[in-house]
Amino acid sequence: MKKTKNSIAPYEAVGVICAQSIGEPGTQMTMRTFHYAGVAEHVPTGLPRLIEIVDAKKEPKKPIIDIYLKKSYRSQAEAEKVAKELGSVFISDVASVNDDLENLAIRIKYSEKDGKVLGVTFNMLKKVIEEFSTDIRVSGSKMLLKPKPLKGKKGEKKRITAKFVRKLANKMKNAIVKGVKGIHRAVVIRDEKGEYFIRASGFNIIGASEHPAVDPSRVYTNNVKEIERIYGIEAARNAIKKEINDVMNMQRLYVDIRHITLISDAMTHSGDIKSIGRHGLSGQKTGVLGRAAFEETVKHLINASSIAEEEHLVGVTENIIVGQTVPVGTGKIKLLMKRTK
Amino acid sequence: MEVQHVLNRIKFSVFSPEMIRRMSAAKIIVPDTYDDDGYPIDGGLVDTRLGVVDPGLRCKTCGGRVTECPGHFGHIELVRPVMHIGFIKKIYAILKATCPKCSRVVGKPSTTKPKIAEKKKEEESEIPSLLEEVEEKPKEENKDQKPKEKEKTTGKYCTHCGEELPEIKILKPTGFLRNGENILPTEIREWLASINDEDLRELGFDPLYSRPEWMILTALPVPPVSVRPSITLETGERSEDDLTHKLVDIIRINQKLEANINAGAPQLIIEDLWELLQYHVTTYFDNETANIPPARHRSGRPLKTLTQRLKGKEGRFRYNLSGKRVNFSARTVISPDPRIGMDEIGVPQRMAEELTIPVAVTEWNVNELKKYILSDSYPRATYIIRADGKKIRAVDDPELRKEVVENLKVGWTVERQIIDGDISLFNRQPSLHRVSMMGHTVRVLPGKTFRLNPLDCPPYNADFDGDEMNLHIMQTEEAQAEARYLMKVEKQILSPRHGHAIIKPQEDHVSGLYFLTHDDMEFTKADASNLLYLVGITKLPAPDRKKGMYSGKLLFSQLLPSDLSVKVADTKLGGDVVIRSGKLVRGELESKSMEGDVLEKIFINYGPEFTKEFLDGSTRMALEAISIHGLSVSLKDYNLSERADKKIKDTLDKMDREIDNLVMQYKNKSLDRAPGMTLKETLEALIVQITSETRNHAGKIVEEDLTISNPSIIMAKIGARGSLLNAIQMCAVVAQQTVRSKRPSRGYKRRLLPYFKKGSLTGKERGFVYSSFKEGLKIYEFLAHSMGGREALVNTAIRTARSGYMQRRLINALQDLVVYNDLTVRNADMSIVQFVYGGDGKDPMVASEVEAVEGAKQDDIDTA
Repeated sequence: MKKTKNSIAPYEAVGVICAQSIGEPGTQMTMRTFHYAGVAEHVPTGLPRLIEIVDAKKEPKKPIIDIYLKKSYRSQAEAEKVAKELGSVFISDVASVNDDLENLAIRIKYSEKDGKVLGVTFNMLKKVIEEFSTDIRVSGSKMLLKPKPLKGKKGEKKRITAKFVRKLANKMKNAIVKGVKGIHRAVVIRDEKGEYFIRASGFNIIGASEHPAVDPSRVYTNNVKEIERIYGIEAARNAIKKEINDVMNMQRLYVDIRHITLISDAMTHSGDIKSIGRHGLSGQKTGVLGRAAFEETVKHLINASSIAEEEHLVGVTENIIVGQTVPVGTGKIKLLMKRTK
Repeated sequence: MEVQHVLNRIKFSVFSPEMIRRMSAAKIIVPDTYDDDGYPIDGGLVDTRLGVVDPGLRCKTCGGRVTECPGHFGHIELVRPVMHIGFIKKIYAILKATCPKCSRVVGKPSTTKPKIAEKKKEEESEIPSLLEEVEEKPKEENKDQKPKEKEKTTGKYCTHCGEELPEIKILKPTGFLRNGENILPTEIREWLASINDEDLRELGFDPLYSRPEWMILTALPVPPVSVRPSITLETGERSEDDLTHKLVDIIRINQKLEANINAGAPQLIIEDLWELLQYHVTTYFDNETANIPPARHRSGRPLKTLTQRLKGKEGRFRYNLSGKRVNFSARTVISPDPRIGMDEIGVPQRMAEELTIPVAVTEWNVNELKKYILSDSYPRATYIIRADGKKIRAVDDPELRKEVVENLKVGWTVERQIIDGDISLFNRQPSLHRVSMMGHTVRVLPGKTFRLNPLDCPPYNADFDGDEMNLHIMQTEEAQAEARYLMKVEKQILSPRHGHAIIKPQEDHVSGLYFLTHDDMEFTKADASNLLYLVGITKLPAPDRKKGMYSGKLLFSQLLPSDLSVKVADTKLGGDVVIRSGKLVRGELESKSMEGDVLEKIFINYGPEFTKEFLDGSTRMALEAISIHGLSVSLKDYNLSERADKKIKDTLDKMDREIDNLVMQYKNKSLDRAPGMTLKETLEALIVQITSETRNHAGKIVEEDLTISNPSIIMAKIGARGSLLNAIQMCAVVAQQTVRSKRPSRGYKRRLLPYFKKGSLTGKERGFVYSSFKEGLKIYEFLAHSMGGREALVNTAIRTARSGYMQRRLINALQDLVVYNDLTVRNADMSIVQFVYGGDGKDPMVASEVEAVEGAKQDDIDTA
């Protein structure tokens, strides 16, 4: 690659500069949470969100999914319709579920008002409830359900206990009547380009993509680990980049994209997402001394001695510890001089 | 030059008991330190064979004195083996993975002795050597055994000898159970010792350097006295180090155990003592082990033993090894001085006399150095180092100095006090980024504080309310050269974070530039000459205004390079700023246009040196201009006209009515619930919206009423200091206070304060401050305001801690990443992280000069 006047200097410690460029604005960031209208409240932004990304958490505190639609569904009305179909509705959203421990049964009362808003009819509800037990007595909007008899391991009948009924009732409350599992509170929003899309809390990429109206190539979630699982590491790298960049821009703290690229590359270059910290990149560094100087000092020393590990002093901390020149920047340059006498 | 020793690698290993004995200089047998006369006891814990700490004594092993002898290890012979607390988990893993009978690694088919396995197979016909067969076998055996006895079984068998494997459990903290029964360390040691080398390699050991049985101690190394020096108190009383105390305990119990064994005491007593010995050895290694009480000092303070010495922020690794103390440094309070250059640092005279710099004698500086040596006052030499390394003090004896001067040769070094023009490093903590430490030229000045050009405040994040900073004088030519050519202040004008200016005008400097370049600003010939002279320009341009007056724009233009052309459209107050071939033609400079367009353009096109001159010049001019123009605020500046006051009142009344209306709707449930919110949340959201609208409206009224001539507004608009919000809060309304981004609501049952009505949700009762700061706050408003204020304080405190830790992690994870000559970014182990740095190989600090390269653009993901 051709080098120009503004090329990066060879042996520049870009890692440190990157870490400083992302870490230093941290002190200026607000801890405020963000409010995505209707979707999720208290979505972490700023420092808490940045820490979340860098920690490579399995699931963000408030997962958000953005779903774009195929061309013919992009009108607001169509989008609203799709959003209603996608957003999952629990039984407890449309009906009250109460256990009747005296009769060892569960009483369900369908609320027509809520059902209408969420697009759930009584029959839809009944169908879902039938999966739990077929022994249902219906009277108006009320249902009385008796759990089906239990079978033990060897086929013998077990007595139904009150404890079991209560458990079942709780399970029923969280059963999905309609919509996609893991996608809640879908709301239609207009983006900067004026296109309508659906934003919801949750991250079920596959579930959302299966809907015929959804453009599967334009489903995005802030759950980086899920993106890695479904689309692979390259997509995850880009997602980390986007997420960090969004955090910074939202706080109006401009950080050059090169720094953000470097940190996401460092997190993903091994093929899976490694967190920044003792369980990720720092904990797997080459160099016993470097690891010991970070965290869990004794653990690393004990382990190193029992497997007779060798320290090759290639990192920065290791060389500082033994009092040698650090192998970055000007410390990497060596000069040979021809002595003339 | 001296030969440099380079450390190439360090091998970690476990000491074998033989090794411990072999390196031991003394066997320690007496659980005591000094005798009654104050001399070290032979065979005691401060035996002189372990080295010495008292001056005057000599080490019996090497004969060295305190300064020469590095100390030597001794050892304690433990009567019974004890477990090493650090290796418990390792031992557990090995016990689970090996067979107690044949000591082979279980699970893998035998590789070395397949014959034996086969033989056994033939003999007992049913005993398998392969895993799959293992699965079947247990069932039959279990069935046979069950009726006989309820013995604990794991149902697993050794793949080599067919022995049934016991169930191993850790009995915290140091015991092990085999099938629920205690195993003694002696037994474990035998078990571990019989594992062969090949199997150990299989388990990850390197038997030459670490064998598992070495993890159970039979001999305990005693560190040299220099590792655990005793301190003599003022009273003459000796106070021993925590480690020594612990070692005393160990020896004492060890002796007692030995005596009991020899006397043939009952097993129970021996085991109790053994257990006690184990406790002392465990706490000797780690006094914070879970499940055991920490060993305490007489005063009740827990002892600091080996692990505590290494661990954590104040431990050996982070405190002494990763961070090192330095000489030739100084620290004091900083104060501003806009009249020194931005690349300078004003060093107090007394400091300059204390700090020295070594100068190699050459044929070109011999005469100058001689002058320093002979001098009796400030710039003088303190030491002369001869070519053979001997140091000569050159402060007092004038005769000696004369002699030295005569002998002064090339190859010697002279240490002289720092003088103007020397390079130094200046630093302010927390050092969050690289511009927290920059190279400054020394300028020795009277006074006791460091003088810092206010331009340098943003990179250091310094102010002058009592901040202290550190100065370092580098002692090698390489370090000085690096500071001069890489770290100098003027090279850091652009931030590596985003490529925009970080050293830039602030506050009065910005106001000064605005006034200076304002159209109304005119100078007499005298003032103009004065202004230019301050900057070092001696040529007065021709006057460009009537009556021989000079415009500020003309004077400012003298600083600009003659071929600079910049156009900044639509600044807030300055209008369009136009610079045409080095002349400021139109517009007034404000913060944004100055730093964003003018400053960065000058830096990129004319280099750091020129930019430094420009900034220094503009500082002096701007400050002179603001002195001539004047800028002050008074209470009167925040008086609104009666009309505006009325308007504000109307706005607030309107807000109250709207809130009342909403609350009424909420109470009779006619309010529409917003999606995803409860009714209460909807109400709160709407009220918060109204209050913020109200404040914005009040802001507009204030802005119209105060007009552009108000100093507060000017400063806010040009970006010198303060914001419009400050002005609004001072003269109109402080507006809504929030706690956790909601209106404050807790305190008493359903109300914030006891003199509010229960359940009332109006502005007043929920932290809306109707007063302005000028009027003063009502008591309940003050409370709401301080609630919000406290939250802000708490948040800042939490945030600094959290972001500090995040940055430590970031730095630690990324510190080894370096760009190589081929533009690849690699880790310390040379693994590639990026093939081309940043996608385009450009330096973020100066990359803004070119448009983003295509490669980088493709990389950016586009989700929309």
